[in-house]
Amino acid sequence: MNYLPLFTALPLLGAFLIPLLSKIWERLSDIIGNIITTLLLILSIYSLFLLPIFGNIYVYEIGKWPIKPIPLGIVFTFDSLSLLMVLIINLLSFACAIYSITYLDNYTGRWKFWTLFLLMVAGLNGIAITGDLFNLFVFIEISAISSYALVAFGVEKEDLEASFKYQVIGEIAGLTILLAIALIYSKTSTLNMADIANTFINENKGTLFWFIISLLTFGFLIKSALFPFHFWLPDAHSQAPAPISAMLSGVFIKTLGVYALSRLIFNVFGLNRNNASHYFDILIILGILSIIIAGFIALKQENYKRLLAYSSVSQIGYIFVGLGIANFWGITGALSLIFAHALGKGLLFLTAGPVEREMGTLDINELAFLKKRMPFSGIVYTLGALSLAGIPPFLGFFPKLFLILGAIKEKMFWLAIVLGIFSLLTLAYLLKITNKVFTKREGEEVKESGLIAISFLFLVFLILILGIFYFNYLEPNLISKASEAIIRGIEYARLVLMR
Amino acid sequence: MLPYLGCIILFLIGIYAILTKRNLIKIAIGFCLLEYAVNLFFAFIGYKKDALAPIYTNAQQARNFVDPIPQALVLTAIVIGLGTTALLLSVAIRIYEKYKTFDIKEIKRLKE
Amino acid sequence: MRGMTIIVKTITKLLVGLIFLYGIYIIFHGHLTPGGGFAGGVIISASFILLILAFGSEEIKERISYIYSSIFESIGGLLFVLIALFGLILGSQFFYNFLPKGKVFMLFSSGIIPLCNVAIGIKVGAGLFAIFLAIAATRFIMKE
Repeated sequence: MNYLPLFTALPLLGAFLIPLLSKIWERLSDIIGNIITTLLLILSIYSLFLLPIFGNIYVYEIGKWPIKPIPLGIVFTFDSLSLLMVLIINLLSFACAIYSITYLDNYTGRWKFWTLFLLMVAGLNGIAITGDLFNLFVFIEISAISSYALVAFGVEKEDLEASFKYQVIGEIAGLTILLAIALIYSKTSTLNMADIANTFINENKGTLFWFIISLLTFGFLIKSALFPFHFWLPDAHSQAPAPISAMLSGVFIKTLGVYALSRLIFNVFGLNRNNASHYFDILIILGILSIIIAGFIALKQENYKRLLAYSSVSQIGYIFVGLGIANFWGITGALSLIFAHALGKGLLFLTAGPVEREMGTLDINELAFLKKRMPFSGIVYTLGALSLAGIPPFLGFFPKLFLILGAIKEKMFWLAIVLGIFSLLTLAYLLKITNKVFTKREGEEVKESGLIAISFLFLVFLILILGIFYFNYLEPNLISKASEAIIRGIEYARLVLMR
Repeated sequence: MLPYLGCIILFLIGIYAILTKRNLIKIAIGFCLLEYAVNLFFAFIGYKKDALAPIYTNAQQARNFVDPIPQALVLTAIVIGLGTTALLLSVAIRIYEKYKTFDIKEIKRLKE
Repeated sequence: MRGMTIIVKTITKLLVGLIFLYGIYIIFHGHLTPGGGFAGGVIISASFILLILAFGSEEIKERISYIYSSIFESIGGLLFVLIALFGLILGSQFFYNFLPKGKVFMLFSSGIIPLCNVAIGIKVGAGLFAIFLAIAATRFIMKE
C-alpha cells in the first residue's frame, strides 16, 4: 500500500499548481480540481479492497525512519476507522467538486476557491491517516485556516462577520489543543500515538492526566460544535458558499472533532466505561442537551441554511450520545450516523445553491410566496430529509436503530425513548422547508444546470443503494470493523508497534 | 517554576483581551498574546539544568543538550500562528471597508 | 504608499543587497547553524518590504512586477512536494533521503535537507511579500 502519502501529496500538488497555471487559462483550475478529487476517490475505493489483506492495519514510515525499537519519525497508520473517514471525505469532496463547476459562476476569483478547497481536502485526509500527535495538530490547522478563508469567500458583510467570529473561536480551540500536546510531551517525551499509549498504561491516572483530558475535550468539543460551544456554527455554515457549507457540515466537524477525539480518547488514553464512566456520562448529557436545544431552535428558524446548520448541531448531539454509550452498538451507531449524516446533510446544503441562485433569497417566508417552483430540487431535498430523519429503507434509519439498541443494552431505557422521540422532531423541522418552499402547484418551473443535477443524483444514489444493501455489504465490511478499531482501545498500540 | 507562571499570566492577559475589548484590532492583538504564551510554554518544556544549546560545532562534544524537539515543534507552531494572524487581520480590514467601523457592537447583522 | 526622506533612500540603496545576501546565507546553512528555511525566508521578504517602504509602491511597481510574488510562491511549494515525491519514486518511500549524505559539517552534505530549506525559503519569502502587498500596498477603492 505504498500510495498512502498520495492522499495528502496529490491535493497539495494540485493546490500549488493552480495559481501558476490559472494565469494562462482560468478554467484550468476546474479541470485540475476535478481530476484530483476523482483520483482520490479511486484511491480510497481501492484501499477498501486492499486493506483486509494487511490484517486491517497498515503502518507507513515516512522517510524509512524506523519505528521498531524507538519511534524516530512520523508514521501514517491506516486502520479501518481511517478507511471509513477517508471514504467519507473523498466521496463528499468529489460531489462538491462537480457541483462547484457551475456554482462558481456567481463568484469572482475561481482559482482561489480551488486552491483553498484542495488545501482543505489535503488537511482532512491527513488528519484521517496520521499516527503522530503533532502531525495531527498541523493538519488540523491547515484545514481550519483554509475553511476560515473559504467561509469569507463571497465578501459580503455577513460573510466577513461570520468568518471573524469563526476564526477567533476556532483558533482558541486550536491553541488549547497545542497546550494539551505540550503537556503530553512533557510527560512522555514522545509524539507517536502508539508509544504514548504504551507509556500511559503504566502510569497512575493522577491530576495531570485528567487536566490533559479536559483540555483536549474542551478544544475538540469546540471544533465539533456540541451544545455549549456551538455558537460559531450557525453563522459560519449559513454564510459560506453552498459546496463549502456541505463540506463543513458534512465532513469537517466530524473529522476534526469526533474522529480526532475518539482516536485520542479510546486508542491513546484507553478510557472506556469501566475506568472512566463519569467522562462518558458527561458526553451523554451534553449530547442530549445538544439534541433538544438545537432541535427546538431549528424549529423556529426562518432562513433555509440556518435551519440546516442548527440541525447539524442536533445530529452531532446524537453522535456524541453514541460515543458516550461506549459499547459496540453505540459506537456502531455513531459511526454509521457520521456516514449517513455526511451524505444526507451534504445533499441538503447543496440543494440550497440553486434555490438561492434562481429565486434570489433564502428566507423561507419569502420563498413560499414566489411564483416559481423547482420540482427536481424538491424531490432531492425530500429524499435527503427522509434519510436524515431515520425512515427506512434510507441510509439514515440504521444509525438511529443502533443507537437505540446500544442504549437498551446499557440499561438506559429513558435514553432510548428520548432518542426515538427526537427523531420525530428532526423530521418536523426538515419537512418545514419542503412544506413551504417546494410544494407549490403553480408558477413557472425553473431548471437546475446539468452538472448540479449530476452531483445530486450521485448522492441520492448512494443514500438509496447503501441503505438497501446495508446489512449485506456496508455493515460487515466497513462499519463493524471501524467500531472494532475503536473498541479495542489500547490494542491499537500493540498492533502498530508489532508491525 | 517562575517562567511557567509568567506564561500562564500572559495566557490570562490574552484571554482577557479577547473577551472584553470592543475594537477588532485589539482582539487580534489579544490573540497574538495568547499564541505567544502557548509557544513560550512549549519551548520551556525542553529545559534541562546546566545544559547547552543543541548544536554540534565539531565532532567531539559533550552530550549535555537541552531537548531539541520542542524547539522544532514551536517553529512550526509559530509559522501556523503567522498564517492565522495574517488572515485575521485581512478579514478585519475588509470588515472596516464594508461597515466603516471597527467596533464589534456595530457589527451585528447576524441575529440569533 | 509614499516613500520616505532621502536619508532613508540612500541607506536603503546600500543595505538591501546585503540583507538579501544574509537571508540566502541563513537558508543555505540551515543544516549546520540555527535558522533554516523559515527564518531565512522572513529575512529575504524583509529586504523586499524595506524597498517598498523606502521608495513607495508606485515606483517599485515599474521595476519589480508584483506578479512574481505569486509565481515564486507556487514554485517554492511545488519544489517541496516534488522533492518529497522524488523520494517516493527513487527511494521507494515518501520523503526518503535519496541524495548522497557526504561528510559531516560540509556545506553540500546531508542529502535533501538543503534543497528542502531552499524551497521553504523561496515560498516563505514570496508569501510574506504577497501578504504585505495585499494588506498595505495595493489600493482599495471604498465603495460607498
